[in-house]
Amino acid sequence: MNEQTADDASSGAQSRDLESLADPVYLEELRHQMQRFATLQLGDPHLAEDAVQEALVGALKNARSFGGRSALKTWVFAILKNKIADVLRQRSRYVEADSLLRADAEESDLDELFNKRGHWRAEERPAKWADPEAAVDDREFWRIFEACLDHLPGRQARVFMMREFIELESHEICAAVEITVSNLNVTLHRARLRLRECLENNWFARGQDRGGEA
Amino acid sequence: MKSCREVTRLLSEAQERQLDGGERLALRLHLMICGACRNFSHQMTSLRHIARAYARGAKDEGAGGPPGKGRGKDTDRQ
Ligand SMILES: [Zn+2]
Repeated sequence: MNEQTADDASSGAQSRDLESLADPVYLEELRHQMQRFATLQLGDPHLAEDAVQEALVGALKNARSFGGRSALKTWVFAILKNKIADVLRQRSRYVEADSLLRADAEESDLDELFNKRGHWRAEERPAKWADPEAAVDDREFWRIFEACLDHLPGRQARVFMMREFIELESHEICAAVEITVSNLNVTLHRARLRLRECLENNWFARGQDRGGEA
Repeated sequence: MKSCREVTRLLSEAQERQLDGGERLALRLHLMICGACRNFSHQMTSLRHIARAYARGAKDEGAGGPPGKGRGKDTDRQ
């Protein structure tokens, strides 16, 4: 649970939140998390660093009061997302010239999941996830999540992150990486199939035998 | 009847666009008889929820919360 009680954000709150950003240990930790998040999506540590710096400077300039550090962090990440979205939108053209070809190649890996009639292979059937809401409060889960993201083919990961982390719309992603909508849909389908399988095998269904029974 | 492969594709696309009436009907019919795709359908919702939490920086707030050092602590209700 990450609930903030906005009610007790008094005059002291603003100076306390500013203190958080002035705390070198906290700031460094935050910067590090932002750097990782931005690098993952931009695929370029220097571009990522620029985005992070701009976001932090913007946050300091517009400092206001929050209900504690987690609200402050949410806000700083929201600013960072906007910076990343700007970079991604501008960076069209030269990025993924061969993406169409690669989407065709990826088509074949669905055969590992589905049989000739298009039904799930027995050992690949999605299982029921136990308590998915609780996972986000677990540090170990996030390690698994990042490992699963790292396992996605680069293009799938990039498009997935543009859609789900930065929340770009389909047409914006298509313009940024120069693919068609149907190509985008194919790519997101692949990414979600892989990601859900990875999360299931390594977290949500750990220790369960999915072999035969329901 | 649509295959699981087609159904998962539609369930994925539903995250990007409003499906039309025919697509929604085909999904409902398939999901009535296919538990694996029903699970997949719920997982699409969970996946979005998880991704949004990640993008809010939730990653380092789990298990024990932020490293409190006597100041700047979140106001937790006991
Ligand atoms: Zn099915």
